[in-house]
Amino acid sequence: MSEVTQLIHHYLRHNKKFPHMLCAGCGHGILLGSLIRSVHNAGLSKDEVVVISGIGCSGRLAVYVDFNTIHTTHGRALTFATGIKMANPELVVIVLMGDGDALSIGGNHLIHAARRNIGVNAIILNNEIYGMTGGQCSSTTPQDCFSMTTPFGQLEKSFDIVDMALASGANFVARTTAFHAQLTDEVIGQALANPGFNLIEFFSPCHTQYGRKNKYKNAIAMYQDLKSKTMDVDKYKALEESKREGVMPIGVFLKRDDPALETRYAGVRAKLQEAKQKKAEAAKAAQAKPAKAKEPKPDKGAKGKETKQDKGDKA
Amino acid sequence: MKKKRTQLFALGNEAVVEGALLAGCTFFAGYPITPSSEIMEVMAQRLPMEEDSVFIQMEDEIASMGAIIGASLAGRKVMTATSGPGFSLMQELIGYGCMVEAPMVIVNVMRGGPSTGLPTSPAQGDVQMARWGTHGDHPIIVLSASTVQQCLDMTITAFNFAEKYRTPVILLLDEVTAHTRERFELPFAEEYEVFSRITPSVPPEWFHPFQDSLRGVPPMPPLGAGYRVHVTGLTHDEMGFPTQRPEEIEEAISRLFRKIDQFYPDIMMVEEYKTEDAEVAVIAYGSVARSAHHAVDRAREEGVKAGLLELKTLFPFPRPQVVKLARRCKCLLVPEMNMGQMSREVKRVNNGITRVRTINRVDGRIITPTQILKNLTQI
Ligand SMILES: Cc1ncc(C[n+]2csc(CCOP(=O)(O)OP(=O)(O)O)c2C)c(N)n1
Ligand code: SF4
Ligand SMILES: [Mg+2]
Repeated sequence: MSEVTQLIHHYLRHNKKFPHMLCAGCGHGILLGSLIRSVHNAGLSKDEVVVISGIGCSGRLAVYVDFNTIHTTHGRALTFATGIKMANPELVVIVLMGDGDALSIGGNHLIHAARRNIGVNAIILNNEIYGMTGGQCSSTTPQDCFSMTTPFGQLEKSFDIVDMALASGANFVARTTAFHAQLTDEVIGQALANPGFNLIEFFSPCHTQYGRKNKYKNAIAMYQDLKSKTMDVDKYKALEESKREGVMPIGVFLKRDDPALETRYAGVRAKLQEAKQKKAEAAKAAQAKPAKAKEPKPDKGAKGKETKQDKGDKA
Repeated sequence: MKKKRTQLFALGNEAVVEGALLAGCTFFAGYPITPSSEIMEVMAQRLPMEEDSVFIQMEDEIASMGAIIGASLAGRKVMTATSGPGFSLMQELIGYGCMVEAPMVIVNVMRGGPSTGLPTSPAQGDVQMARWGTHGDHPIIVLSASTVQQCLDMTITAFNFAEKYRTPVILLLDEVTAHTRERFELPFAEEYEVFSRITPSVPPEWFHPFQDSLRGVPPMPPLGAGYRVHVTGLTHDEMGFPTQRPEEIEEAISRLFRKIDQFYPDIMMVEEYKTEDAEVAVIAYGSVARSAHHAVDRAREEGVKAGLLELKTLFPFPRPQVVKLARRCKCLLVPEMNMGQMSREVKRVNNGITRVRTINRVDGRIITPTQILKNLTQI
């Protein structure tokens, strides 16, 4: 076995889950391989990584890897991730979602997770279709393209995931594809090292449900398409507006290190703890004094007043 | 001198928070909705004051459920609170909670429905939804409370049941109980039990996360403790992996039922009042039980041998207690602020033993003692 294969096997669960359910040529497996390499390169232990997935072909990825894995419900993976990260910020949380998962049924959770800047690494496996349920259109199916539920072409516009993440407040936003395995390793690695909400859009060919209906001869043609239409985002930005038509920028669109929600929360909690402690100490000191002085009656009154004032301060 | 308990004067909703904190709740996620919002507001104030507790307001009730299930898997004692419209949104994930056996407490303060209904008026229209709201065959525990003191006590019980049986527990209050402000007491630590989920005692390589046992409740490791469990809403085998094998499916689902079924005596809680010699008995829960309490006293004054069976556990339905009463009484009277939801259960287990009469009120007003009394004296 080559080194890479050995590495992958180290992270797979070998009991009862194989053969896997992905079609030949599916991009989802490429992402899973990349995820494993990135986690390995980041030096993370299997125990501290939590992989949370939604429902779809993409959602099935979680079961194959030997981390803490949670296969949630359709669209809600990010809500679980939010709870987990807040409950235990030590865990490294990675969320795998389909385009239907993340942008249709779970679109609201996506923008809110980004806005909150919760410390989660979200990867959207965008195949522009509902793979698992048999090829119905999703909210990223391009206009005029075909699916089981748009037999005469998609009339609606599609979401641009990168634009959406940028507008919603994510800390880190990148786009990559199944053709660009090295770039994928690179951006997942960067995300794992970055605080707050990190989002990666991963274009993942689905010939079975999308390609066949949209004039791609085979899965390879879809990979060739990804190769030819993509361009590094910096080069893309330098392009004239008129030449951008049909070109898809890939790479890192945004990277900043605003403190994550769980960090901000811990800060508030620490401040409150400090205040609580000070108050307790003050109360102790106040109690110790009159005991020594032994002046029962007038002291009682004074103490009563003090507590009342304290309450006033708090309100 | 005897130590005195701390006395508080507050809303039912606030007593729920006190109960949750005594039970060890360290994580709350929610979305505001009348008449449950005070629970969330007080949690927002209290939890961040604790050394290691988390409060978060989510974008909707589905997200609140996702967050508490996630936190529960991470080892926390968790809670959310809502009312009808939010409770409807929570249903899919309540089923997920049952399937993955995540302990959690969901408070639903019932208001008038259907739909937006009567946001500030009491009702008891969610009783059957609490039992059957999520899709698929599943067991569930539903508790209720009629006084502010009970709000505290039953919240502690709800947490204990959730942790003991690894299941979602629904605390079903109504607007009147939640918004009644009255005196209640904080119990001393030795006066109540706090149960926390059992964690595995074997090393990860020996651990079967959903294995059957005598209790039927598998130990539950928190995320990150080295057990690397796979959690899924798909029907799974004892290792937690999806299965399509009939014998494994059968085993998994029947264990979910059995782990609760076999502890019915522990779970079914009722309070009986003057039932020993009763000829007519009222069966009630929530704020209606308080009206019934008064009505029974007044009926006795008028010479009617009335009694009250107050249900604190709604589901699993306290069948033995109701049947026992049915055998002794000429009539059972079931007053409810709905068109007849708990009375269906009473009629089902009564199965022709005695007469069952109902009082149903859905105009957003409480059922008064006088209304119940009138029925008691007519029987
Ligand atoms: C609440 C709910 N609605 C619908 C479904 C059915 N469903 C399962 S997967 C899926 C779409 C999957 O598409 P996507 O998220 O893009 O994942 P992919 O299979 O393409 O990876 C749908 C609609 C479901 N499981 N739950
Ligand atoms: S249907 Fe599409 S997304 Fe699903 S496994 Fe097959 S190729 Fe992949
Ligand atoms: Mg898809």
